[in-house]
Amino acid sequence: MSEFVIELVDVVKRFATPEGNEVTAVDHVSLQIRHGEFFSLLGPSGCGKTTSLRMIAGFEWPTSGEVLIDGKPMGRTPPFWRPVNTVFQSYALFQHMTVFQNVAFGLEMDKTPASEIKHRVGEALEMVKLSGMERRKPRQLSGGQQQRVALARALVKRPKVLLLDEPLGALDLKLRREMQIELKTLQEQVGITFIYVTHDQEEALTMSDRITVMNRGKALQTGSPVEIYERPNCRFVADFIGQANFFAGKMLAFDDQGARVAIPALQTELIGQPVGNLEPGQAVAVSIRPEKVRIAQEPAFGSNSVRGRVIHTTYIGSNTHVLLELAGGVRINAWEQNKISTLDPKAYFLPGQEIWANLFPENVLILPED
Amino acid sequence: MSEKKPSAWLRLFSALVYLYIYLPIVLLVIFSFNKQKLNVSWEGFTLSWYQELFRNQQILLAIRNSLTIALVSTIVATIIGTLAALALQRYRFPGYTLTESTLYIPVIIPEVVMGISLLVFFSLIGVRLGLGTITLSHIAFSIPFVALVVRARLHGFDKSIEEAAMDLGANELTTFWRVTLPTILPGVLSGALLALTLSLDDYVITYFTAGPGSTTLPLRIFSMVRFAVTPEVNALSTIWVATVFLVLLIGQMVQNRQR
Repeated sequence: MSEFVIELVDVVKRFATPEGNEVTAVDHVSLQIRHGEFFSLLGPSGCGKTTSLRMIAGFEWPTSGEVLIDGKPMGRTPPFWRPVNTVFQSYALFQHMTVFQNVAFGLEMDKTPASEIKHRVGEALEMVKLSGMERRKPRQLSGGQQQRVALARALVKRPKVLLLDEPLGALDLKLRREMQIELKTLQEQVGITFIYVTHDQEEALTMSDRITVMNRGKALQTGSPVEIYERPNCRFVADFIGQANFFAGKMLAFDDQGARVAIPALQTELIGQPVGNLEPGQAVAVSIRPEKVRIAQEPAFGSNSVRGRVIHTTYIGSNTHVLLELAGGVRINAWEQNKISTLDPKAYFLPGQEIWANLFPENVLILPED
Repeated sequence: MSEKKPSAWLRLFSALVYLYIYLPIVLLVIFSFNKQKLNVSWEGFTLSWYQELFRNQQILLAIRNSLTIALVSTIVATIIGTLAALALQRYRFPGYTLTESTLYIPVIIPEVVMGISLLVFFSLIGVRLGLGTITLSHIAFSIPFVALVVRARLHGFDKSIEEAAMDLGANELTTFWRVTLPTILPGVLSGALLALTLSLDDYVITYFTAGPGSTTLPLRIFSMVRFAVTPEVNALSTIWVATVFLVLLIGQMVQNRQR
C-alpha cells in the first residue's frame, strides 16, 4: 500500500475551445493525498479544481503527467475500473429509478448477490438518514434528500476515495451548514478519503484536514486550514481566504523579528514575517487581517504603530467593523470584538476619532507580489 | 397560479374551431353507417358496408401492406433517428452545423419532389418497385422527424447521469441501456408514434414508389374514390381514423405511466 491514496504528478490538462484556441485548465499540478484525509481543492470558478477531480475520476485524461490511485498509474483507465466514486454537483440521480434502485446500481454493476445488495443499500440509506424512502423516485425528494441519495449511492460501493464536486452548492445556507457537519462526521465514521471541491473558503476551512488553493490552473498552496489562513504563501491566497488589508512595499532587510519593509504610501517602515523566498529590494505585498489590527489610544510597545482616524464604523453584533484612514490616506479595515456588553456609543468608536493602529510584527505578513 | 375561467365568447370561438376541425370526420363516421348508397341523406343504420369491406380481398391486402410497411419503417427510422439525435447531442466536429441542418431539410422538401426523386433514384439503380422500395422511402422521410422529436427531448439532458453510471461501474453499453435510453424513452416513443402515423398516412411518396401488388391503404382508398365516395370508403376511413386514434391513445398512456 502506497503512503498516498491519490497522487497527481505534474499533471497538465489542455482543452481545445470551439474557436480553435487552446486553454490550459490544469497547469503542472502535483498533489499527494493521504489515506483517510478530508482534502479540499479550493479556488474561484475556472481555477481547474473540478478538472483535477474529473481526472482522478477518469472522466478526463491528463494531457501530460500522471494520476496515481493507491500507487498505481491510471493512464487512460476508464471511470468504471477506478476504485473511486463521485458525488456530482447536480446529484446526477437516475430519475427513472427509485431511491433503492439508484443506490443499488453500483453494486449490481459489481455483480453483488441480491441479498447482499439489499443489506448494503439498507445500511447506506440508514447512514444518510433516508431509511423508509427506498421506494420514492428522486423527483419526490427535497434537494437535501437528493443530495443524501447521491452520497449513499457513491458510498455504498466502499470506494478508496470519494470525490465530491461542490455537492452542497445547490442547498440553502442553513441546510449547507448542517450538511457540512454531517459530511465531516460521516467521513470520520467511514474512514474513507474525501476529496472535496469547493469555491467556498469557509466550507473548506470548516471541514478539511488539508486544503490546496488553486488559481488559473495552478496549485498555489497546500496546507492545513490554520496554515492556509495564518501563513498564506502569496497574495492571492491571503486575499482569497478570509479578508486582508494589503500595502505595496519593498523589502529592506531581515532582522531578529522578521524583516523590515518600506511602505511608501504610509511613509514609514513596517516589521513583519517574511513568507517564502524574499530578497532585499524585492517588491512585496504586506498583509494584515482586519481582526489582527489593534486600535488603541496609544502606540503599543514593540508594535508597528501608525497614526490614523476612524472614518466609519459598522456594528454587526459580535464584532464592530471599523474603517480607518492611516497616514498618506491609506484606508484599512479593522475588526474589533465586542467583548463588553454596553450601550455606551463610545465603546464602539466614533467617526473622526484619532487613534493608533497597532500592527504587531507577528501579524504582519510579507508576501511575494503576484 | 389562479384558475381563470374563459369568457363566453372565447368558449364559443373555441367550440367553433373544434367543430371546424372535427365536423367533417364526424360526418364521415356517421355516413359509414348509412343505408343509402349516396352520401346525400340519412336512411337508416347498417353495418353492411363494414361487412362488405372485410370480404374485399384487395382491401385486406392493402391493410396488410400498410401495417407491414409502417411497422418496419417505424422500427428502423426510430433506431437511426435516435442514434442521429444522440450523436448530434454528444459530439462536435467540423461540418457540425451543415450535418445538423441537412438532417432536417427533408421535413420541408415538398413530398412530390421527394417522391419523384426517389422514383428516379430507384429506377436508376434498377430496383424493382414494391413493398421494399416503399418501406425504404418511408424510413427515409421518417428519420428527420424522429431525430427532431428525440433532440427536443435531449435538450437539457444532464450528461452527468451517464458519467455517474460509468463512475458506478457501468461500461458504455450498460450505461446506454440502463441509464441513457430509459431517460430519453418518452422522446423515442413520441418519435416512433410520429413515424408510425406518418407512414400509415402517406400517399404522395408511396404513390411514386409503389409497384404491382404493393398497394397501401391510402392508395386503395384514393383509387376507390376516383369515381364516387361510397359508404364503403366511409367505413374504411372510419376504421383508419379509429386505428390512428388508438395508436396515439396508447402512446399517451405509455408516456403518462413513464412519468
